[in-house]
Amino acid sequence: MKPYLSIEKLTQRFPDGAGGDLTVFEDATFGVEKGEFVVILGHSGCGKSTIMNILAGLAEPTSGAVIMDGQEVKGPSLERGVVFQNYSLLPWLSTLKNVTFGVAARHPNWNRQKIEDHAVKFLAMVGLEGDVIHRKPSQLSGGMRQRVSIARAFANHPKLMLLDEPFGALDALTRGTIQDELLNIWGQMEQTVFMITHDIDEAILLADRILLMTNGPQARVAESVEITIPRPRNRTEIVEHPNYYAIRNHLVQFLGKRSKELAGQPTPAGQTNSPVSVRIDKTETPDDPEDKRPALRAVNS
Amino acid sequence: MKLLSLNQRAALLSVVMLVVGLLIWEAAIPAQNAVGELTEYERLTGAGAAKAGVPPPSAVITKAWEQLSNPFYDAGPNDKGIGIQIGYSIYRVLTGYFLAALVAIPFGFLIGMSQLAYKAFNPFIQVLRPISPLAWMPLALFIIGDSEASAIFVIFICSIWPMLINTAFGVAGVREDWVNVARTHELGPFKTAFTVILPAAAPTIVTGMRISIGIAWLVIVAAEMLVGGTGIGYYVWNEWNNLDLTSVVFSILMIGVVGMSLDAMFGLLQRRVAYVE
Ligand SMILES: Nc1ncnc2c1ncn2[C@@H]1O[C@H](COP(=O)(O)OP(=O)(O)O)[C@@H](O)[C@H]1O
Ligand SMILES: [Mg+2]
Repeated sequence: MKPYLSIEKLTQRFPDGAGGDLTVFEDATFGVEKGEFVVILGHSGCGKSTIMNILAGLAEPTSGAVIMDGQEVKGPSLERGVVFQNYSLLPWLSTLKNVTFGVAARHPNWNRQKIEDHAVKFLAMVGLEGDVIHRKPSQLSGGMRQRVSIARAFANHPKLMLLDEPFGALDALTRGTIQDELLNIWGQMEQTVFMITHDIDEAILLADRILLMTNGPQARVAESVEITIPRPRNRTEIVEHPNYYAIRNHLVQFLGKRSKELAGQPTPAGQTNSPVSVRIDKTETPDDPEDKRPALRAVNS
Repeated sequence: MKLLSLNQRAALLSVVMLVVGLLIWEAAIPAQNAVGELTEYERLTGAGAAKAGVPPPSAVITKAWEQLSNPFYDAGPNDKGIGIQIGYSIYRVLTGYFLAALVAIPFGFLIGMSQLAYKAFNPFIQVLRPISPLAWMPLALFIIGDSEASAIFVIFICSIWPMLINTAFGVAGVREDWVNVARTHELGPFKTAFTVILPAAAPTIVTGMRISIGIAWLVIVAAEMLVGGTGIGYYVWNEWNNLDLTSVVFSILMIGVVGMSLDAMFGLLQRRVAYVE
């Protein structure tokens, strides 16, 4: 059976400016299940945003297809909500109007009061209440702006939520709070989420599964790492879970070393470029103190 | 010790400069001519010819009082109140201007949205734009025939360029992120144009509109001097022919005041559509 969101042999090439082609990624193939929170992790420039723009329908791949819920993605849709890195709020609208803008597009036959109530509810879910919601985005802090952007996206109940480094521009403290709010809102809505980050701790805290990308050009989605830490997760408690450091070390290893080694290798002929599934679970295997390597188990999906 | 705010002090200084300036002006005009217009005899004999025409401010103020207390009288083609004359000019400016806006803004939108159109139209715009609007007058008079319509056409042609260029520039410069917001919300082309592109480009568009109204007001005076009949430009020229320099100075001031008001209106509009990114 096909996964809920299926990315099939996705290839993206851009003209490299010298008459040739730059292959960002080739034949990338992976899936996301319904309700899953998937985070894609990779160095900057490897093509994460490019993949996300294709998933959003904002860009077209050179070849390959994205299939969501049995339908091919062609162009943007209200079923795929996007939270952009730079918030992308409309600066001439108030905070509240930025959210009602989205709600009104989603529910053209709702009356004004209903639209506004709905928007107010979602702003409250990300901690924005009272006078603040009548301010313009320029009068808000970066963290507040990103909250508005998240509220706007979630208020529309899209089937798939796409977030492109949503917390990249925020300080660590603010980032932590909003991560919690994101988890909270996701928990309530059982949304499928696809998020980009380059922050390892953020990825472990939020994800069900982390997709690891090698460096570009010709990047590959090389591994799919399951996060075997039960929810609800709490940033102070998860570090004590036996799997935390094992997973973290694996990710650090990948980003620090293997993402370079694996870079630029073309796909062997006749093979698809699907990621290797990795499951690290110290609670299952008896802990062997002499074996420093995490328990690795490759599964063919 | 600061008793007055910066604005208050500036206003005070302006008043002082005005009073001093008027006093110097008044003192510079020989007293015998300050009484008012020259008599028929003096004019015929050319008495006091050198400074005769330049009125002192007191005469201008008297004239202004006289004119502004009854601005809309109409005593035949060569004797209409200042209000009527300005009314004619404003009517021509606004008609030509709004026709220009009606063409320039939608058209600017289209060429702002399409790189192809932008590049294809650019050479024409660049050639047509620097042409002095009055240079169109003979052609307009010949083709349109009617002098009234020709004046409006000249206003149309001079106000179109800043609006067109600014609209195209503003629309082309709308951040792609904002357009993507519209796209991910499945807004149609019209909804996108009105709810995202228009407000995003509005500050640039209104700046163009403000430049245009300023130019239109500059041009109408010259156009009316050429076309004649009515309007503040014609009035200035007519009073010059009558050698009534008091009226000339007064109407010059009125041209300034009306121009300033038109500009202030667009300044207000500009503040309303402004946003901070
Ligand atoms: N429109 C484009 N034209 C040419 N090259 C592009 C374009 N968009 C992205 N790229 C290139 O594709 C690569 C991946 O970019 P991107 O997806 O933004 O990376 P990431 O989000 O992982 O940092 C980069 O090398 C970038 O220069
Ligand atoms: Mg990116």
